[in-house]
Amino acid sequence: MRNLTKTVSVAAILAFAASTAFAEDSTDTIKIPIHNWSSQIVGAHIVGKLLEKTGATVEYVSSDSQVVYTAMCEGDIHLENEVWEGAFGVAFEKVVKEGCVLDAGTHDAKTREEWWYPKYVEEICPGLPSWEALNACADKFAVAETAPKGRFLGGPVDWLKHDAERVKAFNLNFDVVNAGSAAALWAELASAEKRKEPIVLFNWTPNFIEALYEGSFVEFPDYDPKCKDDPSWGTNKDLPYDCGNPKGGYLKIGVWKEFPNKWPKAYAVLQKVNFTNMDVAVQAKLTDIDGMEPEQAADKWLADNESKWKAWME
Amino acid sequence: MSAVALEKSASADKATWLGSTTVPMLIVLTFLILFFSAPLLPAWMIQVPQQWAVPFIDWTNALIDHLRNDMMFGLFTFRDMTRSVAELITWPLALVEGLLVAGFPDINLPAMPWLMTVGLAGILGWSLRDWKLGALAAGGVAYMAIFGKWELSMVTLAAVLVAAPVASAIGFFTGVLAVKKPWFEAAIVPLLNVLQSLPHFSYLIPIAVFIGVGHKAGVIATIIFAIPPMARLTILGLKSVPDEIREAGSMAGCTRLQMFWMVDVPAARQPLLVGVNQVIMQCLAMVVIAAFVGARGLGHDLLFRLQSLKIGEALESGVAIVMMAIVLDQLSRAATEKQPSHVEVTDSWLKRFPFLSASIAVVVGSIVLSTITSYASVWPKELTLSTAPFWDGLVDWITFYFYDPLQYFRDAMLLYVLIPVRDVFQMVPWTALLTLVAMTGWVLGGLRLAAIVSGFVLFIAFAGFWERSLITAYMVAVSVTACVLIGLPVGVWASKTERRAAMAKLWCDTFQTFPSFIYLIPVIMLFKVGDVAAISAIIIYAMIPIVRYTVFGLRNVPKHIVEAGVMSGCTRRQLLWNIRMPLAFPEIMLGINQTIMFALFMVIIAAFIGTKDLGQEIFRALTFNDAGKGLVLGLCVAFMGLTADKLITAWSTAQKKKLGLV
Repeated sequence: MRNLTKTVSVAAILAFAASTAFAEDSTDTIKIPIHNWSSQIVGAHIVGKLLEKTGATVEYVSSDSQVVYTAMCEGDIHLENEVWEGAFGVAFEKVVKEGCVLDAGTHDAKTREEWWYPKYVEEICPGLPSWEALNACADKFAVAETAPKGRFLGGPVDWLKHDAERVKAFNLNFDVVNAGSAAALWAELASAEKRKEPIVLFNWTPNFIEALYEGSFVEFPDYDPKCKDDPSWGTNKDLPYDCGNPKGGYLKIGVWKEFPNKWPKAYAVLQKVNFTNMDVAVQAKLTDIDGMEPEQAADKWLADNESKWKAWME
Repeated sequence: MSAVALEKSASADKATWLGSTTVPMLIVLTFLILFFSAPLLPAWMIQVPQQWAVPFIDWTNALIDHLRNDMMFGLFTFRDMTRSVAELITWPLALVEGLLVAGFPDINLPAMPWLMTVGLAGILGWSLRDWKLGALAAGGVAYMAIFGKWELSMVTLAAVLVAAPVASAIGFFTGVLAVKKPWFEAAIVPLLNVLQSLPHFSYLIPIAVFIGVGHKAGVIATIIFAIPPMARLTILGLKSVPDEIREAGSMAGCTRLQMFWMVDVPAARQPLLVGVNQVIMQCLAMVVIAAFVGARGLGHDLLFRLQSLKIGEALESGVAIVMMAIVLDQLSRAATEKQPSHVEVTDSWLKRFPFLSASIAVVVGSIVLSTITSYASVWPKELTLSTAPFWDGLVDWITFYFYDPLQYFRDAMLLYVLIPVRDVFQMVPWTALLTLVAMTGWVLGGLRLAAIVSGFVLFIAFAGFWERSLITAYMVAVSVTACVLIGLPVGVWASKTERRAAMAKLWCDTFQTFPSFIYLIPVIMLFKVGDVAAISAIIIYAMIPIVRYTVFGLRNVPKHIVEAGVMSGCTRRQLLWNIRMPLAFPEIMLGINQTIMFALFMVIIAAFIGTKDLGQEIFRALTFNDAGKGLVLGLCVAFMGLTADKLITAWSTAQKKKLGLV
């Protein structure tokens, strides 16, 4: 259950367009998943609307964002418009390797996942966003069970973020506590924000939460692929993971393996769909800040970005 | 009679006094010796070595792959079969959903106006009991419209209205077959036990594989969860039909079929209808979990809102689920209690068919009204009420003002209770626990029980997740202890008067149907991610049965025994501690048993907060689409529950016998 947010549906859009009237495309319904975060839902609706314009039938199926990869592998769901490297990379790459799901394209939007703090923490811990500064005031983030060390709230362990390894490699004065779900992260952030309590937690962008709370990522030494495997790389010569997370994680579109055969025109469009970080942010903002229903938000985005999506459909 | 009962229990106690303390002492002593000598024991006695672990997970995955890929009879795979069977559900689902909310665009027929649904619900309540129930039903349905949850709740209602009859029918025929064929009963009863205690999330991946994902799969998942109680109550009901009634049937010359449909089934009407009631409640309990495989409606809405931190709106959906549960529960209970009635054929149409006439009036009236004003067909958006700001404000207020004082409590609990207890639990050698469980089983129920419960423990030990299982056990143990410490006094207090008992029941019902996901967010806000938050969430939910059973047990102590106590001059305290408490204790133990089951259910959900136990591994299995792992870990949780269940039930039955209550 994760949440990724904002990137939207690009992919889907295309799909529809194509699936319409062309002889080669099947008339079967294309099933688009709906997860439990707003940008993805808006995206799915953008896709759906374009499809309907071209006469194809689409169906929105609500589904868990992890289970969806099994479903896509089985052909019960036909595309996924937001495949986040950080959250779903493992599940996605597994089904791609098995051959039942195809990697249909990559958005321009870049994702970043990193330690993050709300803005008011800057006053409590001067010198941020540097990681050395954070480490120097680790005790400000301490709670009873971690004192005198600070508490870092990490994402669910199955996101495999290697926070514990990093703490070790940099010899940080922090204990990693793993939340069980994204909702748990936000609940703690919301509570801390209300009381202006120091907190440092795992977060990512694009994400609806940045529309609600201001904050920044902690800056660790830049990522390098060698940092993961080669202990001698970086400041700590004996341990790997002495670097930050990649700043440009991918946001992909995945489809069921039969998609290109069944809806070839749709697939051609789908491969062109491409959202930027701004697109994703706007789509999320329409629902989360402006309070629109996902469907209305989809209409609005389509109206404002006509030239963009028309180009994809050519 | 009462004197006899008292005397019997007293003498029984005396006779076994020595036995009843030495045996448990011996068991505990053996356990303690093993526990404290842990540092001296060889490593394999503490934790099953990896190379001994039985590859249950690989076997399960191999089985699933086989069912999914290999042809049966050279024609189709098992997966094709389950999928085409599941496909059948789309027809009734489309029909009911079309009626309630979606309409039938193909034939240009709109859905029922909300006024009609409200009116018909009211008439149903009225016909089943009285106008009060009618008002409740109508009010409950109107709530959905007025608070803007109409579409979502009608989608959910349609799913329940389809899932409940299907689950009831399957459960009924399973039960019938079990009663007729002893071999089938021997096979199905243990299976039902396991099914009922398996964490719901363990099912989700197999469902995604064999049924698919979507609203349909959600409904099928709901059906699967709802079958066991119906099957159980069917077995119970048919077995308890008195021989006299059956003999009367034979004498009247019934054929076998007549005997079944016209004698057995009507005579077992009450337990069967209780079964239907249970099925309905089970369906509603599944609303949120079914959303994980794609069910639409209130459950999905609730998860979505929680995820985007809209707690007030999520709560509103939660309240809608509770409202629906209360209405459906009351209606099906009324159906259980209602006796068939007969009217004179000579009476006027209106008198003979008052409810039918009223229904026709509602249908016609609402259609006419809808043609006049659209307000009668769809509740206008601008008049929709929302309580969300209130709930959000309440949550803010609590987190702001209660946070600081609660931190002292949190820190103290964590440092002085939870962390030490967890450390102790993590040191338990599997051989010590096995000895403890096996010996307890042997004392309480003989070799057979000992063999069953040690089988459960061995499975958990050899499945290869011993440490995580111990963490689950620790969280459940702490939560259940807290539930007993709080719930027992509350139950005693509530049992004093009829009024309090009714109030306690209302609270229990509400909390039980309230989707447990909702608790997760506020407890994190107050206690931060960690054991305190997880355990608090478990306590809130698992407290329900202990309160319920304590009230029930204390209020159902045979009157004549209490009177005997009063006559022999007992004070109120003596009445409670020397008479009512001991007599109600077997019932209270069953409450504790249920509390353990509820805690095991919730401990898995608490993985959303962040735990390091089996629940977390089950979610990880979900991430990696590892159906085998999900199922095997689910079995570990189920077996933990069943071990406690078997032991406590055996103890409680023996105790009831001793007290002369059976």
